[in-house]
Amino acid sequence: MLVNLPGPWSPLLGRLALSEIPYTNPILAPLFVIIVLAGIALVVGITYYGKWGYLWKEWFTTVDHKKLGIMYIILGLIMLFRGFIDGLMMRTQQMLAVGSGHNGMPLMGAIHGYLAPFHFGQIYSAHGLIMILLAATPLLVGIMNIIVPLQIGARDMAYPYLNALGLWITAAAVFLIMISLFVGDFSHNGWFGYAPIFELAYSPGVGVDYWIWTLELVALGTTLGSINFLATVVKMRAPGVTWTRLPVFTWTAVSANIIALTSFPCLQVALALVGADRYLGTHFFTAGFGGNLMLYTNLFWLWGHPEVYFVILPAFGMISEVIPTFSEKPIFGYITMVLASFAIAGVSWIVWLHHFFTMGMGPYVSTEFSVATMLVGIPTGVKVFNWTFTMYRGRLTFSSAMIWSIGALFLLLIGGLTGMMLSIPAINYMVHNSVFVVAHFHMMLLCIVYAVFSAIIFWFPKVFGFKLNEAWGKIMFWLFSAGTFLVFFPMFMLGFMGETRRLDWPFNLQWAPWFDIQEVGIAVYVLSVLAFLWLIYVSIRDRAENRVGADAWGTSRSLEWITDSPVPFYNFAMVPHVNHRDEAAWRREHGFSDKRPEKFAAIHMPNNTPVAIVIGALTFVIGFGLTWRIWWLTVAALVLTVLVMIYRSGKGDPGYIITAEEMEKMDRESRQKMDDGHAPLPKGGGYTGGTVTAYSAEVGDPGSQSTPPGNSRPLS
Amino acid sequence: MSSAHEKPVDPDQVVLWSDDYEGHDVISTRTFGFWMYILSDGMLFATLFAAYGVLSYSHSYYTGPTPAQFVAPWYTFIQTMALFLSVLAYGFSMAAMKTGSKAGVINGIVASMVLGAVFIGLDIHDVLRMISMGVTPEVSGGLSAFYALTQVHAAHIFVGLIWMLVMLYQILKKGFTEDVVGRLISLRMFWQFQAVMWVFIYVFVYLWGYMS
Ligand code: HEM
Ligand SMILES: [Cu+2]
Repeated sequence: MLVNLPGPWSPLLGRLALSEIPYTNPILAPLFVIIVLAGIALVVGITYYGKWGYLWKEWFTTVDHKKLGIMYIILGLIMLFRGFIDGLMMRTQQMLAVGSGHNGMPLMGAIHGYLAPFHFGQIYSAHGLIMILLAATPLLVGIMNIIVPLQIGARDMAYPYLNALGLWITAAAVFLIMISLFVGDFSHNGWFGYAPIFELAYSPGVGVDYWIWTLELVALGTTLGSINFLATVVKMRAPGVTWTRLPVFTWTAVSANIIALTSFPCLQVALALVGADRYLGTHFFTAGFGGNLMLYTNLFWLWGHPEVYFVILPAFGMISEVIPTFSEKPIFGYITMVLASFAIAGVSWIVWLHHFFTMGMGPYVSTEFSVATMLVGIPTGVKVFNWTFTMYRGRLTFSSAMIWSIGALFLLLIGGLTGMMLSIPAINYMVHNSVFVVAHFHMMLLCIVYAVFSAIIFWFPKVFGFKLNEAWGKIMFWLFSAGTFLVFFPMFMLGFMGETRRLDWPFNLQWAPWFDIQEVGIAVYVLSVLAFLWLIYVSIRDRAENRVGADAWGTSRSLEWITDSPVPFYNFAMVPHVNHRDEAAWRREHGFSDKRPEKFAAIHMPNNTPVAIVIGALTFVIGFGLTWRIWWLTVAALVLTVLVMIYRSGKGDPGYIITAEEMEKMDRESRQKMDDGHAPLPKGGGYTGGTVTAYSAEVGDPGSQSTPPGNSRPLS
Repeated sequence: MSSAHEKPVDPDQVVLWSDDYEGHDVISTRTFGFWMYILSDGMLFATLFAAYGVLSYSHSYYTGPTPAQFVAPWYTFIQTMALFLSVLAYGFSMAAMKTGSKAGVINGIVASMVLGAVFIGLDIHDVLRMISMGVTPEVSGGLSAFYALTQVHAAHIFVGLIWMLVMLYQILKKGFTEDVVGRLISLRMFWQFQAVMWVFIYVFVYLWGYMS
């Protein structure tokens, strides 16, 4: 029943052959050498310092949600960098290739610019997939992983082992797409794929197969993660954390993961059906034999649109934590904030058609989806107003985390308004598939990136016990913003001038100045990447001076700020009893910040396990085997996976117990390690709003105190 | 109202730590998570149904046969009964667990497995019959969707059978530990859910297909 392959195939190696390794490619070959050398250096270094045992014990086998979160974030940052390099290559290609002449570099096999069209196609396809699913998603999942259990007073996620499994399966997807650089090639059909070009007849190589299996793996990892998040929030809340006391970030995590749980199966099915077409010769999306091309587009965007809200909702949540902290006010309109999140999640399911108005569904269908799309603007607008009102008459501190969040609001505004324009079919017919659309969604996705940087700066001290360097955080912000402005505003212009997306050869010479400006923007982005690396370096170097106490910012609000920084592996020595939505602020204002538990109880913690990373590795092998059609390898890895799972289920995990005495001792040590918070208090200007600020003596109610209690100093 | 400090709080009365918190209930947490999985599995079937719906117009079958020409609703009815009885047997097994009867549980699961195997056996036989008639997934988009929907369901049943086998072993080896009981509950949800999905498949694919 298997299809006839174009080209050779052998039972042992499938389609794999030496000729599949692009060692003559002038870009990939040196890159390969560099990566191999770097890899060897890394291995040698780790061996030399004898860190393998540490890595294995503390990281690779861990089930601790914070460490898994950190690894998710590292993975996400690495892929953000890889995606950025893709972007840099595309921008450079267009800048070089623009115009009507033959200005290409024959050495590279290009008639225009320096990239051959086939190579260019792979770059934009990989760029899109990587940025949305392997950069943004792991970054957000990583931050949720760290923060959600802390915000609800849990010791870990509901299923720590499943959590590790999710990480390692995502890592398998990352490895699969990275290896496509050096073994075979990647899809050139865009990140969402076009029917029927991805059918075997038109894309005979392995590129589309890499694309399918990478996506299937992330989809699997993310679905597992979403089950875990939902169970954690529903079942693991500490006493007192009622539904109306959940911090907004946790709420957005809930709404986002509901989206993920319900939408990712659509993607899995859509791609499995593409796989069936390519591997089994079925006719789901073929142009003949009763297949239906539009079915694919519908199924993909049925997932695709909810997915974009899956990534933006947690970003909204992060902004909702940062802004109140640095405005010294509770979030404005908590209830509407929560409702808006769920409204967005709900509406995100009934708008997918706006991605292909031009396919032509007739006026009634288009109108319905146009109106539904515009509806999303209402809850989104509610959120923007709520953030604005939170800042209004607040005591603002423009710390680096805060300015990243405020930057995110501007991008959201531009992205949202251009989205509104796109949701009108009459306009959409004009600009669909132009770079105007590309600029729209980059505004949105950059809004997420801004929120993520804001969140990283904001929660970094909680996880590592010291703050990142403020000045460099701000320098990076301004560089990054300048880059954003220089790259994407020309893109809107080019969209209006009629440039369609994904051009390896932009023929119109009038576009040239805009491409040049964009290239400058990319250079500025490069500077911001360097600033980021420097930021990390400086912060680690000066960490001793930047140690923080539990309440790292002095004005923090939610529950995670009452436990020590860095968070001990058990999160809370005693499970807290929560009295208020903004528990940390509440304790601080009532002078309880310094109170530590007096009684301790034994706790039960899960053991580390190598099973998750082993299964992750096996799923990579399955993906690789399927891509290259090495059937014996695929089947063997699959059977092994099942056996490992059965083995693990038989063995179970009894966990281990920390006794009350040990706990007390650890709590004491953790406290001694922690700096007693000489973190300078923010010197906010502005007004003291009516009911709001943290240290206000003016309000004059009996509960408030004129000097801030605990480990903080009064405002000067 | 929005202020964090509206009421004075007595520092001696305030409860900051949950001294007598027992921790969460392991089985109910596990069951909740499994419900979530069922939800995503439901979406998976929903998507396959959508694909089937789109690919069941007469032109979807190209020039090949339509379900009316090859499905055998009475034959499939036997499959339906086998699956229902299997669910029933599993139900008996879970009822026996309440009384702590190991033998009852094991008998129930074995019966459930046998009936599930009958279901799979009939399915394989049916597929072979159709293939011998030239009804294969490569013939047309419509047949591709037909096979996708029915065989993804069969694959779920197959996984369920392996799971039952594993559970038999674990019951014998460990008895009714918290883990084992939790897994048996999840398996029940899984098994019943597959039966529900089968009802839809039977009605919309086999009966409807036969009549149209
Ligand atoms: C107010 C909210 C939004 C509206 C009204 C809106 C509207 C639209 C419309 C109509 C399109 C289709 C344009 C076309 O292809 O012709 C589109 C594309 C897109 N939007 Fe949005 N959008 C909104 C928010 C978002 C958010 C929050 C994200 C991501 C975080 C996002 C990401 C995207 C992406 C990735 C695409 C294009 C994908 C592609 O073609 O490759 N949008 N948007
Ligand atoms: Cu959309």
